[in-house]
Amino acid sequence: MKRFTCDELVEVITAYLDHALDQRACDGVRRHLACCEGCERYFEQFRATIGVLGDPPPEKLRADVQDRLMSAFRERRQA
Amino acid sequence: MGSFAGGGLPPDDVVVTALRAGDEAMFAALLDTWSGGLLRVARSYVSTDHSAEEVVQDTWLALIGGIDSFEGRSSVKTWVYRILVNIAKKRGVRESRTLPWSAFEGDGGGSAVPGPVPPGGWKEVPAAWPTPEGEALASEVRGVIAEALDGLPPRQRTVITLRDVEGWSSDDVCEVLEISAANQRVLLHRARAAVRGRLADYFESVKPPE
Repeated sequence: MKRFTCDELVEVITAYLDHALDQRACDGVRRHLACCEGCERYFEQFRATIGVLGDPPPEKLRADVQDRLMSAFRERRQA
Repeated sequence: MGSFAGGGLPPDDVVVTALRAGDEAMFAALLDTWSGGLLRVARSYVSTDHSAEEVVQDTWLALIGGIDSFEGRSSVKTWVYRILVNIAKKRGVRESRTLPWSAFEGDGGGSAVPGPVPPGGWKEVPAAWPTPEGEALASEVRGVIAEALDGLPPRQRTVITLRDVEGWSSDDVCEVLEISAANQRVLLHRARAAVRGRLADYFESVKPPE
């Protein structure tokens, strides 16, 4: 099993979450998180951040732009 | 063709056939489903909402003109986003907002920014965050996130927008941006760490006095 310092651990979280670490490193991350309160909190906040990012305010094209694009589609397909 | 509201889009071959046949409901469904994401990604290249809107509009016009020659070597979605990125890059360069990506060595490699862990390990556990409850907090948090994204180096912003805001896979992001998986991961990690830092600062600033 790989041993991580806190400094190293916080840098591999994205790789860990993407399943891009080998088994040895994965085990090391889990072991470290299980016994380090600071990294565990950081890890949870990192995941919470990803969660909030994934819930953005809705975003739409302006209605007049949509209308223009619908007309362009109609004209082009009929040409 | 009926509405796809809430049900996601049909498979690519159905979409392409419908578009080629001039199916307006299908085009409207695509506009509805993808324009939000396209706008968000466009913003990482250009400086104003207006420019982002024009980039997205030009992207859709390019799709209308190009759908007959679409060869299906990628998914329709990654094809459209590649068009967007190409248009947005050119526009960004004109606005001098976006330098060529090679000019951003600093936002991908190295570790100029100090990490979150103080030398010698955590002196204290990072302060707990409140559970986001209530509309007011949620909307403030969204504001903090928007500002944090605005403050990111462009490449980091593009990657985190595609991965975390739009929920893309690493493979799709690498394909659209033509970067390696390792590079993608570094950019994503730095971006996430920066956004987490902004959230931590925000929660610290609104903490009730003890």
